[in-house]
Amino acid sequence: MTPGVLVACEHLSCAYGTTFAIKDVDFTVTSGDFVAIVGPSGAGKTTLLKAILGAIKPISGHITKKPGLRMAYVPQVESVDWGFPVTVLEVIVMTRTKTRLWPRVTAQERNDALSVLERLGLAGLENRHIRELSGGQQQRVFVARALFHRPELLVLDEPTSGVDVRTRHEVLHLLADLHGDGVTILLTTHDLNGLAAHLPRMVCLNSVVIADGAPSDVLTPEVLEKTYGAPMEVLQHGGIAVVVDHAGSHIARRLGRQS
Amino acid sequence: MTNIVLVGASLLTPYKYHFFNNGIIVATVAGTLCGVLGVFVVLRGMSYIGHGLSHAVFGGAAASAVMQINYFVGAGVWGVASGVLIGRIARRRIIGADAAIGVVTTASFALGLALLNRYGQAKKSIEAVLFGSVLGVRTSDIVAVCIVAVCVVIIVTLMYRRFLFATFDPEVAQVTGVKVAWVEVLLMVMLSLTILVTMRVIGTLLISALLVIPASIARMLTNSFAKMLWISPIIGASSAFVGMNLAYHLDTSASATIILVGTAVFIVVYATTGIRGRSRIANIHHV
Repeated sequence: MTPGVLVACEHLSCAYGTTFAIKDVDFTVTSGDFVAIVGPSGAGKTTLLKAILGAIKPISGHITKKPGLRMAYVPQVESVDWGFPVTVLEVIVMTRTKTRLWPRVTAQERNDALSVLERLGLAGLENRHIRELSGGQQQRVFVARALFHRPELLVLDEPTSGVDVRTRHEVLHLLADLHGDGVTILLTTHDLNGLAAHLPRMVCLNSVVIADGAPSDVLTPEVLEKTYGAPMEVLQHGGIAVVVDHAGSHIARRLGRQS
Repeated sequence: MTNIVLVGASLLTPYKYHFFNNGIIVATVAGTLCGVLGVFVVLRGMSYIGHGLSHAVFGGAAASAVMQINYFVGAGVWGVASGVLIGRIARRRIIGADAAIGVVTTASFALGLALLNRYGQAKKSIEAVLFGSVLGVRTSDIVAVCIVAVCVVIIVTLMYRRFLFATFDPEVAQVTGVKVAWVEVLLMVMLSLTILVTMRVIGTLLISALLVIPASIARMLTNSFAKMLWISPIIGASSAFVGMNLAYHLDTSASATIILVGTAVFIVVYATTGIRGRSRIANIHHV
């Protein structure tokens, strides 16, 4: 395996029943990467993540991982059962499943958890129930749980889905800080302008890999139309590519005419 | 003073009877056991599975009676097999999983009824299994319920975090290295065995209430999973103990009285914990 490569997918295909979710995907994550997988709903983004995490078995192709690679996964916040009776501290330490005879939180575990919470700006919230947190805090608790596992590769599924603008900024800053601290990050997102365009690398996926590279190279009308199946325009704003949906302006014009 | 002595002596009257002592031991341990497992049943939204499983075990109990196989062996194998099968159906979340569970369990229940009608001492056996009976409790029942209780407490303690992780967030637990499928099989086996050893006292029809009520009360009282695992068995055991004593004095069915005591506690807690308690119970996730 090439030095520095954490995960390498070669000709990877996964299917649900007879329907292919991803087909013949070649994709590599290298140490220090900060990469977003983008694509429409049903493009196979989450399937690719789950195949890498080992939760789904591919029907063909190979996934090679660096031996002993420590990965941690942050699921979509919408999939979390917020009514479940757990405190922030319980959520974080549950990942250390190998306990001594008595499952009490040890002083060492508590200290480790508190230092992760402090790092993520959640100090003092350890005894709160997860429902009593703000949207940004909830997202950060699950990132904290992942970091408590001390991962080399942090995998996040739609970290900004269903959150408000302020929370999205918080998440983006947090991920940038973690990347600055040396954590390799792989995430999926629907959010082209709010998230993907700010990262060093993005992969456009629609069952197959359509483009892979820096946003300035990948974000072109041709690639976007091929990925999303709809015409889109790309503008430049402050050195960052901004994707404009043609349909939006078209509908606005129609509504303007009608009113 | 004399009145207090008289009331005290009257409260102790049932303890003169061997059958009552046996019954109250089994019922109290059963309340504890159902309290522990009920936490998982309630938080996983498995109340229907618990209800169905008790019906499936009834089929096994009837078949073992007719075939003259030891109850614990016959109904145990049948119950554990049904439990694992139901667990698999539920986990795959195929369309109509609830219907599939309904078919498996009610078919087992119907088979049990038919077998007892045809070959057994139908009326007596059916009533005893459906509603439970303290009169028929033997020493072997006490031993069986105590063995299952000790095993369940040891397993839940040793595997506490794996059980918590797999219940709260099975997908991430799997990715983090927890063998979620095995945790679920273990849970279904423990649930089947619990139903098996408590069914003779509590009965098929009311056992699921003993699984659900104490855990639901505990959920209203706390926001901590660890505390639920203490509160729920304490409520289960207390309801069973008080219910058994009341049943003797009121001359009512033991299992029905136990469940009614639990229900009364539920109503009091529901009324006194206010919006906070009610929202906790309302937010229980159902799969």
